[in-house]
Amino acid sequence: MDFGMTAEMLARIQFAFTVSFHFIFPAFSIGTASYLMVLNGLWLWKRDPAYLRLFEYWKTIFAVTFGMGVVSGIVMSYQFGTNWSVFSDRAGAVIGPLMGYEVLTAFFLEAGFLGIALFGRKRVGDALHMVAVAAVAIGTLISATWITSANSWMHTPAGYSVDEIGRFIPEDWWAIIFNPSFPYRLTHTVLAAFLTTAFAVGAVGAWHLLQDKSNRQARIMFSMAMWMAAIVTPIQILVGDQHGLNTLEHQPAKIAAMEGHYESHPDGAPLVLFGVPNEAEQRLDYAVEIPKLGSLILMHDPNAPLDGLDAFPEDERPPVVIPFYAFRIMVGIGFAMLGLGLWSLWARWRGNIYSNPWLHRAAIVMGPSGFVAVLAGWYTTEVGRQPYTVYGLMRTAESLSPVEAPAVGASLVAFVVVYFLVFGAGVFYLFRLFRRPPILEEDHELDKGPHRAAGITPGPAQEEPIREGGSHAV
Amino acid sequence: MPFDLPTIWAAIIAFAVLAYVVLDGFDLGVGILFPLFPHRHDRDVMTNSVAPVWDGNETWLVLGGGGLMAVFPLAYATVLPALYIPIILMLLGLIFRGVAFEFRWRTQRGSGWWDHGFWIGSTIAAFMQGIALGALVQGIQVADREYAGGWWDWLTPFSIVTGVAVVVGYALLGATWLNLKTTGDLQHRARRISMLAGVGTIVLIGIVSLWSPFIDEVYFERWFGWPTAFFSAFVPTLIALCALALWHGLTTDKHLQPFLAALGLFVLSFAGLGISFYPYIVPGALTIHEAAAPESSLIFLLVGAAVLIPIILAYTGYAYWVFRGKIDPEEGYH
Ligand code: HDD
Ligand code: HEM
Ligand code: HEM
Repeated sequence: MDFGMTAEMLARIQFAFTVSFHFIFPAFSIGTASYLMVLNGLWLWKRDPAYLRLFEYWKTIFAVTFGMGVVSGIVMSYQFGTNWSVFSDRAGAVIGPLMGYEVLTAFFLEAGFLGIALFGRKRVGDALHMVAVAAVAIGTLISATWITSANSWMHTPAGYSVDEIGRFIPEDWWAIIFNPSFPYRLTHTVLAAFLTTAFAVGAVGAWHLLQDKSNRQARIMFSMAMWMAAIVTPIQILVGDQHGLNTLEHQPAKIAAMEGHYESHPDGAPLVLFGVPNEAEQRLDYAVEIPKLGSLILMHDPNAPLDGLDAFPEDERPPVVIPFYAFRIMVGIGFAMLGLGLWSLWARWRGNIYSNPWLHRAAIVMGPSGFVAVLAGWYTTEVGRQPYTVYGLMRTAESLSPVEAPAVGASLVAFVVVYFLVFGAGVFYLFRLFRRPPILEEDHELDKGPHRAAGITPGPAQEEPIREGGSHAV
Repeated sequence: MPFDLPTIWAAIIAFAVLAYVVLDGFDLGVGILFPLFPHRHDRDVMTNSVAPVWDGNETWLVLGGGGLMAVFPLAYATVLPALYIPIILMLLGLIFRGVAFEFRWRTQRGSGWWDHGFWIGSTIAAFMQGIALGALVQGIQVADREYAGGWWDWLTPFSIVTGVAVVVGYALLGATWLNLKTTGDLQHRARRISMLAGVGTIVLIGIVSLWSPFIDEVYFERWFGWPTAFFSAFVPTLIALCALALWHGLTTDKHLQPFLAALGLFVLSFAGLGISFYPYIVPGALTIHEAAAPESSLIFLLVGAAVLIPIILAYTGYAYWVFRGKIDPEEGYH
């Protein structure tokens, strides 16, 4: 089963496929974990049962997402060895300890407290339960920190030397962890996870508001999500801009691919709004561009020269098609998110944020936008790094295990089948959970789960408020 | 020089793998036993007995794998390609096992499907771990810092026997865990299964132990040559003691003792492997020192491991303590 492709190409497809699935779930669970922490904190502070109900509502969704994130992540941590063993041998001494710290500081923390956060409120009491919920949320953020540091090092390596057999030897751990692109990538990725969750929560809230605009829980969800959209999106756009400037400094060829500049522009580059990259002829067809704006954005000077791909040797150029389109998709979604955030501010001011069906419909359409933007962003970054795994130092072609194409092809097929089956079902169940009305009674069939069954003595604090009353207006 | 950095790290990785084997061993074992408990009610209790802890148990596997990449990159880079197919199958098995905990509650019609996924996934994962172990014991060909063997080298009669041994051994761990955590009829059956699995485990440990010295002269020397034979005689003796404790606990209706005895069997078998392997990390090819990462990596991660592993053990222990005691079967029906 090699489909006429080389083992290298198949291994790349396999990596991209599994990591794309893997990243979809963490992007959602990083955000949801923090959201749960906030909801639980609000419940403890205000003792308003609406927050407790929302916590329970999103907790089940979080548990399903988290489970899928874990199993897809375990695949990732072994894939470096099975498919990229030469990379592991040569870069393992640098990348490995970063991932080792991720396991020690983050994965154990999440896993150790997950059980208590999900099933243990009545067993440990409110205070310790809050600690557990916070530990899970902080764990997801620590995890993101280490893994983006490892990934950033592969984009902008620092603090290493190379020994006589080509291994990367760590020299300065501070420089390795805080490599030049890390602060930008971390901020941008974590904000992306928060936005992804905010828009998913917003869409669920909006859908339930369309069913019943007096549902208090749906109102709270929607309002919280729209605040996030209005406040975080502009910050994300700013951070993205800074990220781009940093990339220009360290990976100019990637910027040229993202911007669609096959040719250098010695006296001011245009900003390409749209075009069709033509790899064979090395030019951009049907380009729609604004003169000088590219240089103005990237260099704050309309006449500053900007290198195109022709400034780099042919065997060091990244492919253009994927970074070019993926970048436009991400930025497009970023501005659409900004639009929705502003609209929600306007509706809030006008007093119709809970009753404007068009706003709610727009929010539903934007529900999946975060996931698309996140994947588009990663594709831009990773494909733009080609043909290297460690930028400028180690090529993807050199990183491959001594595997045979049929073995990689067969395992790729197995992954595709299993992932679509298992994660397809998981996403279907998530949609069923989204459809549950967030009313105060916890009697929906889907509320059942391991947490209801673990042997527990009922606590006085919780039993009453959940049961009383249905949805009512505020 | 026994206490240099690579040796310390080999001990830590060995500890992580052992922790994985005994902890995930019992929850994979619960999955392996699923077909013997066809009633929905029993299955709810069984999954609930491990639902709060399985993720933490599996994290030791990530530490074993990720840690290997960090401190013995060359071992990671040669063993995983050598075990390509068993590793991929293990990962796929773990996917089905892991999602089943939540998915089986999220659907009524499809629940049976995920129950099947749960036991088939658990069994495949366990079997592949056993196969990987057998293939490691048989040795891995390495040339020029790369795996140099063929794609099916791991598949031999010996590795199939170790695969079966791990499945049966995990079933024993799972059954004694259920004996500890459940009551009534379910516990009764778990105890009977423990007896069968116990006998099976002992027999298989015997077969594998007698077989492996003949695979490689080094192992033979280790076990039967003087003076190491003196020490290696301890392991079989202690195994016999554990087997007695297991049997005694099961026949006199003790709840904790059989589980501890079964853990003891695993710890001792693992120690036996350690005796065979040392000082190799990839048997027959790479010693601990040859595979080790540069010193700066070993020190950097050791600082964290020394501080964090005790903390991890403390809060993991706390999580187990929170969910201590018998699972209340009546709660399962809400
Ligand atoms: C710690 C390392 C690391 C991390 C955190 C990521 N990647 Fe990556 N990525 C690699 C390490 C890597 C790699 C091992 O270096 C690959 C494999 C082949 C290659 O060229 O780079 C790669 C390739 C690769 C490719 C294929 C590019 C190509 O072959 O043209 C895609 C699409 C992605 N990755 C996407 C992602 C996504 C969506 C991530 C978000 C989770 C991600 N990567 C995180
Ligand atoms: C290719 C690189 C990656 C590898 C090898 C990897 C590995 C893993 C592993 C093994 C797990 C499961 C841990 C457990 O047992 O609990 C996991 C989960 C997780 N990963 Fe990744 N990961 C990668 C990329 C990323 C990236 C880029 C991020 C975020 C920026 C990320 C964030 C997380 C988070 C937050 C979790 C825990 C939450 C969840 O499972 O949903 N990972 N990862
Ligand atoms: C419109 C404003 C945005 C700009 C200017 C922008 C800019 C960038 C740039 C330049 C990169 C590539 C960095 C590299 O060279 O490696 C990137 C990557 C990325 N973007 Fe954006 N972005 C924007 C919006 C968004 C949004 C709305 C999301 C998600 C909700 C998002 C998620 C990501 C992710 C996950 C990555 C990959 C990780 C990384 O390299 O940081 N971006 N972005």
